[in-house]
Amino acid sequence: MNRRYLPVAVTAVLFVALFIAGSLQFSGFASARVILNLFTDNAFLAITALGMTFVILSGGIDLSVGAVLAFSSVLCATLVENYGWHPLQAFPVVLLLGAVFGTTMGVLIHTYKLQPFIVTLAGMFFARGLATVLSEQSIAIEHPFFDAINNFGFSLPGRGWLSSATLVLIAVFAFGTWLAHFTRLGGYIYAIGGNSQSAVLLGVPMGMTTIAIYTLSSTLAALAGIVYSFYTASGYALTGIGLELDAIAAVVIGGTLISGGYGYVLGTLLGVMTMGLIQTWISFHGGLSSWWTKIFIGGLVLSFMIFQRWIAVGLHTRLQQK
Amino acid sequence: MQLTHLTQHRLFLPLLALTIILLANVLFSPEFFHLEFKDGRLYGSLVDVLNRSAPTALLAIGMALVIATGGIDLSVGAVIAISGAICANLLNSGFDALPLVIFAGLAAGLAAGTINGGLVSIFGIQPIVATLVLMVAGRGIAQLINSGQIITFQHEGFAAIGVGTALGLPMPVIIAVAIFLLVQILMRFTALGLFVEATGCNPTASHYAGLNVKAIKFSVYGISGLCAALAGMIITADIQGADANNAGLWLELDAILAVVLGGASLAGGRFSLPLTMIGVLIIQTMSTTIIMSGIEPKYNLLIKSLVIIVVLLLQSPTFRQQIRQLFGAGKAMQGDRV
Repeated sequence: MNRRYLPVAVTAVLFVALFIAGSLQFSGFASARVILNLFTDNAFLAITALGMTFVILSGGIDLSVGAVLAFSSVLCATLVENYGWHPLQAFPVVLLLGAVFGTTMGVLIHTYKLQPFIVTLAGMFFARGLATVLSEQSIAIEHPFFDAINNFGFSLPGRGWLSSATLVLIAVFAFGTWLAHFTRLGGYIYAIGGNSQSAVLLGVPMGMTTIAIYTLSSTLAALAGIVYSFYTASGYALTGIGLELDAIAAVVIGGTLISGGYGYVLGTLLGVMTMGLIQTWISFHGGLSSWWTKIFIGGLVLSFMIFQRWIAVGLHTRLQQK
Repeated sequence: MQLTHLTQHRLFLPLLALTIILLANVLFSPEFFHLEFKDGRLYGSLVDVLNRSAPTALLAIGMALVIATGGIDLSVGAVIAISGAICANLLNSGFDALPLVIFAGLAAGLAAGTINGGLVSIFGIQPIVATLVLMVAGRGIAQLINSGQIITFQHEGFAAIGVGTALGLPMPVIIAVAIFLLVQILMRFTALGLFVEATGCNPTASHYAGLNVKAIKFSVYGISGLCAALAGMIITADIQGADANNAGLWLELDAILAVVLGGASLAGGRFSLPLTMIGVLIIQTMSTTIIMSGIEPKYNLLIKSLVIIVVLLLQSPTFRQQIRQLFGAGKAMQGDRV
């Protein structure tokens, strides 16, 4: 097997191993229901993390996604509840604002050569601030359309339920895979992350690509906010705090190199699912307190980094031998 | 010409920003500058700003060194929670001799710094993920130590770290100033500061020049961990309780911001502790100003983010050039050191 696929393969093996271990330990763990609930419960995180994958592939970082998710959910709730908009009118506005937000950050990063870390940090404060200004209280959404979408889905054998959130996630995943591996923009993103100087010399349009990356990340975060507003049937300015860290952790566990250039969209999805499975395992266990989730995920990120380092060193020596 | 030299000085912009924020107070809330000496201590908003800045200032001192080597330390907020949890539990356990508690807190910080430093310098892992591990797991560990509770304690000696007074000023201010002077002397009156900057500029070249790059990287994370532990003790002593969830939450971001507002590049290669301190003061003065001026606190984050973006843009050479072109091309020729 090509060594490049190794990190993704390891994540997949880990996921399967965890699932088998859980199934042997608890009755009811091995069911379509548990698997499909993983998708439903983590759809908003997975959508955000897919956007983050592109940012990290290009060697950047986006700390604003959690705040953008919160802003998007609050804006949805405000427009629907306080202004009486139909959700289908509100969604394009929310997504468009998300896109504009990302574009602005991309322009600041590219044109003024500001570090992505700091620009998206300011972006995080800004989006969180906007959400707070819109409403400090949680706004409950009661709209027939929300109920209809939440009840929409397909029943699967094994008491599984293919929810609408899962369908959105599948669509985003398909789009992400296509973008990363079958388009020119995807190639540009990998090129920038691999070596930005070579990328410039090869004629990669740096400005366009950088702006596209951050626009994509913010738009997906806004979409995740819409999914989240369905999930909780509300909008609240303090949701999604620390979500950016979960998203980054998922990308790293999914085998993407944090310095950019290497990684797969599929890996990120597996990363999110693995994190979700750990949480499910802990809730099945019952005896372990919730903070063990954080310690486990921290440990997982740590082992993956050391593992990747080991692969990278291996690749390097092999290249030198050639 | 002299005026251009002044505006080109790296102290100029951060100081200007701080002055503008302070001037805003002259207009909106003159009581901001009111100082009073009572019960052997100074009171007033300015003292309050200094007092509240102290934990961030301590973090920023460590962070400035880490960033100067081209790294970043995201774990400091979690280290605050861990050191606070350890101290609070020790105080309740009977082993409450003050030196022992302080030593244990500092040891926790040093241990965290050792893990970060080891991952970055020995394993060669990118600092942002290496320290992300402790940022995520660290709060879990602190909750584990606290068994998920907020641990409160009664101990006058330890509480003095947070609420005590020395030389007419609150204790946290004295601690922060002392650490600042110590590190500044260590860095600028020896070659250490130069070593740190060289490591950030070009690690390979520094290595060939005979610097022990790994040891330097390792030690800055150690210093950062120690500073974070100290900040954790101040925060814990201040509220006489250890809250694993909220102690020092997102304070690492304020610390990083302070360093960047002080004109440092996240790419590393240079640092200035005095400028970093001005960055800390800008952030805290801004928060206090917003509260004092009667603007609703919900606008706090929004204003903060806009001020940050403006200061960052002013530091960007491209933006400065655009401004110069806007205000007459003739001036752009002079003193352009970009």
